[in-house]
Amino acid sequence: MDQIITAVVAVVGVPLVLLGYIIGGERVMERLPDRLQGWARPYFWALPAVGFATIFMVYPMARTVVISLRNSADTEWASGPWGVFANYHYFFTFPDTLTALRNSVAWLVFYTFFAVFLGLVIAILVDRVRYESLAKIAIFLPVPISAVAASIIWKFMFDYQTPGTPQTGTLNAVLGIFGRDPTPWLIDEPFVNNAALIFVGIWTAVGFCMVIISASLKAISSEVLEAARIDGANEFQIVRLVVTPLLWPTITVVGTTMLINALKTFDIVYVMTNGAYNTDVIATRMFSQMQSAHYGRAAAVGVVLFVAIVPLLIVNIRRFQQQEEQR
Amino acid sequence: MSAEQVTTRRESAVSRSVSALDNFGYRLQRLPLHLVIIIICAIWIVPTLGMVINSFRSIGDMNLAGWWTTLFPPHGFTFASYQQVLAIEEVPVSILYSILITIPATVIQLTIATMGAYAFAWMRFPGRNLFFIVIVGLMVVPIQMTLIPVLQIFKALHVNGTILSVWLAHSGYGLPFEVFLLRNYLGGLPREIFESAEVDGAGHSVRFLRIAVPMTIPAIASLTIFVFLGIWNDLLVALAFLGVSAYRPFTVVITGLVTSQGGGWQYLTAAAVLQMALPLAVFIFLQRYFVRGITSGSVKG
Repeated sequence: MDQIITAVVAVVGVPLVLLGYIIGGERVMERLPDRLQGWARPYFWALPAVGFATIFMVYPMARTVVISLRNSADTEWASGPWGVFANYHYFFTFPDTLTALRNSVAWLVFYTFFAVFLGLVIAILVDRVRYESLAKIAIFLPVPISAVAASIIWKFMFDYQTPGTPQTGTLNAVLGIFGRDPTPWLIDEPFVNNAALIFVGIWTAVGFCMVIISASLKAISSEVLEAARIDGANEFQIVRLVVTPLLWPTITVVGTTMLINALKTFDIVYVMTNGAYNTDVIATRMFSQMQSAHYGRAAAVGVVLFVAIVPLLIVNIRRFQQQEEQR
Repeated sequence: MSAEQVTTRRESAVSRSVSALDNFGYRLQRLPLHLVIIIICAIWIVPTLGMVINSFRSIGDMNLAGWWTTLFPPHGFTFASYQQVLAIEEVPVSILYSILITIPATVIQLTIATMGAYAFAWMRFPGRNLFFIVIVGLMVVPIQMTLIPVLQIFKALHVNGTILSVWLAHSGYGLPFEVFLLRNYLGGLPREIFESAEVDGAGHSVRFLRIAVPMTIPAIASLTIFVFLGIWNDLLVALAFLGVSAYRPFTVVITGLVTSQGGGWQYLTAAAVLQMALPLAVFIFLQRYFVRGITSGSVKG
């Protein structure tokens, strides 16, 4: 009951507090001399947002770098084979983290490629049929579903019973129809189980890619396609030589988003296998180190993850700057 | 009816029968296209469908045969899984906590973001571009990079493990994206409106509350849905800050049951259906807003 009251107070209170902040602050501001007013007002307005971002993101990022150079309890500087970089030595030599690194690279390559590729192919295919919107809903359905629910959904698809007993998992039942032995999808390491997890990731992401690619597909003028047809291009040539190049800017945007998602992958692996049978990725590795209170190591894993994302971050900023110039 | 009209009718009838023949060949040609689309759609729907069907079966049935056997009589549908899941003390409570986490966190961050976005869109100040570029960069920073220090902050403030802590954490993590999006939207509003309001003597608070906010409602609506579902579906933030607290939300409780149950996890289908009912309902009934919210982030509309 108490929590409900607190929640209601927060829902009503926070906007009211901000309203008071704006109106009260503006009152104070109006009394100030003009020059000071012009200088102070923007900072007053931007302060809540910038403050939140600083407390919860900018400061913690810097602090994480420091923690990554400290011992597990964060009481003194780390010492070990690489001096203060002992936690990084752990990261790049310990077999479990190397496995996580390998798996993250696999996610990066296969998840990104197939999510974008299938999104593109499906967007182009459904563009040619009348039940397009219905088909899109089907493909998009996994997007709003949480990774937790998706993991339970796929646990049933991957369910495995010993050969000879009736298979309750959908995929193994299908294998049975073709007279094949059932596969322990989530246990058979290292290829089958990681591929299975990556597929679940792709399943949840294709709808997102498709919707965005489809939106810019609709923006291609039909005159361009007509001209290509009159010039004698067949449908495959049109897709390969006309449509795909025109969609390329969108494909790179979607691709960057997918690369970032791939590196951040956590939920699906955590719920489906919790890293068992060598399915750990960087993000789950970081979390398990944090849970066992190895803060230095966990921070080092976090820093490695961040460094991997930096190139994509730069790409995003560049693109933002280009957009700003066009405004 | 004049003679002319009759002849045109006849002609069109003839051309129609010719085109019907053409049509048949055309349709046959397109058969593989339809097949491929239908197969892909099936792969994307069947897993969810199978689990929803399973949630209405008894565990005994689930262990004996796959969900597809239920499609033929005797169906043997039952609510046993739902009863069993809701009978676990922490489950109904966790649904309540999910709501208590999600709604205030959404309201807090969107209010702050709208105000910040207004400053970035309609005020000039030294460092504005630099601040904003930092915000664009923060959008992709992995949460893992911040978890430990934020946990330390919460411990120092003695709010660790409370609902307040996740309100704050979600707000901090969500703000960069929201400020970015709302600033682009606000910046696209016609300059003349703000200038004439200024000439009429309206201060920034009036311009913000009476002009900017009302005109931004469509963007805020899409964003609200997107942010709300993001927090409802969140696992990582809740695990990190409420993982061992009494206020664990629904996703964390389900995950705990999945990993601890071993053999008897099948009845969790009911929990999964309950968890995804809200996002699916939102998606189905508010489709346009939902898709707009999801696409506006990556493509400048």
